[in-house]
Amino acid sequence: MTVAVASPTSSTTARFSPRWLSDRLGGLVLHVVVIGLTVAWMVPTIGLLITSFRQSADISNSGWWTALSPPFKFTLDNYSQMFAASNLGQSLFNSFMISIPATIIPVTLAAFAAYAFAWMKFPGRDWIFLALVGLLAVPLQLTFIPVTTEFVKLGLTPQHLTAIGLPPFIPLWLAHAGYGLPFSIYLLSNFFRALPSDLFESAEIDGAGTLTVFFRIVLPLSVPAIASLVIFQFLWVWNDLLVALIYVGGVATVAPVTVTLVNLVGSYGQNYQLLTAAAFFSMIVPLVVFLSLQRYFVRGILAGSVKG
Amino acid sequence: MASVTYDHVVKRYTADLTVVKDFNVEIKDKEFMVLVGPSGCGKSTALRMLAGLEAISEGEIRIGDRVVNNVAAKDRDIAMVFQSYALYPHMSVYDNMAFPLQMQHMKKDDIDKRVKNASRILGLDNFLKRKPRALSGGQRQRVALGRAIVRSPKVFLLDEPLSNLDAKLRGQTRIELQKLHRDLQTTFIYVTHDQVEAMTMGDRIAIMNAGILQQVGTPGDIYDHPANLFVAGFIGSPTMNFVPATVDNGTAKASGLEVKLPKPVSAAKGTLGFRPEAVTDRVVEGGPTMKMKVDVVERLGSDQFLYGQVGADQVTARVDPRMSVQPGDTVQLGLDTRGLHFFDAETEKALI
Ligand SMILES: Nc1ncnc2c1ncn2[C@@H]1O[C@H](COP(=O)(O)OP(=O)(O)O)[C@@H](O)[C@H]1O
Ligand SMILES: [Mg+2]
Repeated sequence: MTVAVASPTSSTTARFSPRWLSDRLGGLVLHVVVIGLTVAWMVPTIGLLITSFRQSADISNSGWWTALSPPFKFTLDNYSQMFAASNLGQSLFNSFMISIPATIIPVTLAAFAAYAFAWMKFPGRDWIFLALVGLLAVPLQLTFIPVTTEFVKLGLTPQHLTAIGLPPFIPLWLAHAGYGLPFSIYLLSNFFRALPSDLFESAEIDGAGTLTVFFRIVLPLSVPAIASLVIFQFLWVWNDLLVALIYVGGVATVAPVTVTLVNLVGSYGQNYQLLTAAAFFSMIVPLVVFLSLQRYFVRGILAGSVKG
Repeated sequence: MASVTYDHVVKRYTADLTVVKDFNVEIKDKEFMVLVGPSGCGKSTALRMLAGLEAISEGEIRIGDRVVNNVAAKDRDIAMVFQSYALYPHMSVYDNMAFPLQMQHMKKDDIDKRVKNASRILGLDNFLKRKPRALSGGQRQRVALGRAIVRSPKVFLLDEPLSNLDAKLRGQTRIELQKLHRDLQTTFIYVTHDQVEAMTMGDRIAIMNAGILQQVGTPGDIYDHPANLFVAGFIGSPTMNFVPATVDNGTAKASGLEVKLPKPVSAAKGTLGFRPEAVTDRVVEGGPTMKMKVDVVERLGSDQFLYGQVGADQVTARVDPRMSVQPGDTVQLGLDTRGLHFFDAETEKALI
């Protein structure tokens, strides 16, 4: 499973021939388009970044691009105000406390489930899988009221959980796990299904049981898929505002960064420039997660297994 | 070390899809048995039932005296080499070979001894730390063999293990495999669609077609005495000549050939079969002769093949390379009736 790279065969087309020219131009056009799209995509983010270093008066008076010409008047005010104004430390901690289990739980469960769906035979397998995929289409908002009702009935509220000495984040873990599972199972089982069946049969003859096959063969070979899933789920949970607001409400001791940052604006009226700084601040963690997991995206992980 | 018995084995996927039909064969202890047949004829399925990868629809498979129909694959004491090799791509060569032993909870020292021994036999000593992707096709193939060897199984199953190798390596590995079989003194069951592999490697050959076992025998036996038209056409290269003929009073008449059959047959119609080497450039006194209009001449140094028309039939002849023939010539050829076959028109069974 190696990726063949098509290299332009310059040796076969003479320099400055029409063919050569169109090859070159084609390449050029492609580059321009790609770079153009990239820049267009990044403009809002760059604008936000620059805005976050401007004074609040300037922000409301002129566009962010004016800051790019002298006189330069950049400032860290927004950042220092943001840190001063909120209990960011606590909410950062909360965000981690929410995001990490809310990533690990669904990804782990999904891996087990996906393996079963992909490689084990049991009655009704295809129908259950179909129902699961169907769940992908259920709008999140539809679930808020029934789920909240159940949570309250079961005592899964931050206040009650704290009172009985359990982590107050449990409702969020459960909710995020539930919302993440259908997609995770779908993605992973498709990946697992694509693994060559000879590997499983070989392992079966070698005497490996289901769990051994899962842990020693399926998991190591699925690292790229699992890494992307982890990133995806983590980003989703980290950036989530809605689910957190619904299930843990305004409880400050449980609120993640997103909730706290939104409240910055809420409690300071027109101080929305703080949000620009806050946005960048909250971007750091997902960025670190992404970059550190990036090396697991190995191409051709199956190379050498089943081709001669 | 054990014999293997297929006893009226049937594999049925659905009610009207039967891919192995009433399969009976007894493979002796330490025998190198080749299961050969065209693609899709059910060879792999037959092997996989023995391996425990497919359920057996009917009949019994025994390894030694033990019926294994309901024994799990891992408890059958067999090892299998897959056509794709099925190496674990994330494990080193060493770990690939150690894996089946780890599954048996063998002691580390013993595992090490066995893996080292297998790698020595297969010449993999310098590659033990490598991942499969850093190996050539031939080396991967040997790792797959090594993974089978370390277990010292009672029976080795090999499903087209050479088909991913290039021609030169294939020839070489063929010889190595036979040597391995001699050294290991174990039953080998080898599946292939390549009749040359079958002829050169097998102690005995079992030929399958469309899920039905056609003939079992030694290579020489099958070559000289094919049981039916299919076997006759499948084994040997270039293939046997087949000419339709009618029998009258012990003499078979074809469009360009008349031959007195060496023994009487009951059928009135059938197919006359003779291998290219039964055609001779010297006409034997009183023997059958034929006139061939030569279309193509192939000189291979040691041999000369003539392809042409005898009457209305296409015939291939293998003649002395010194015979001087040009395409377009018409030559007079003889036929050695010792290598003559006659197949019934209806049943396609060999009558001679
Ligand atoms: N799981 C299956 N379901 C239905 N048909 C199958 C299955 N596996 C194999 N077959 C069919 O059985 C026949 C024999 O297959 P196989 O034993 O692999 O042939 P080969 O002789 O080439 O190894 C083929 O026609 C194939 O299509
Ligand atoms: Mg096959």
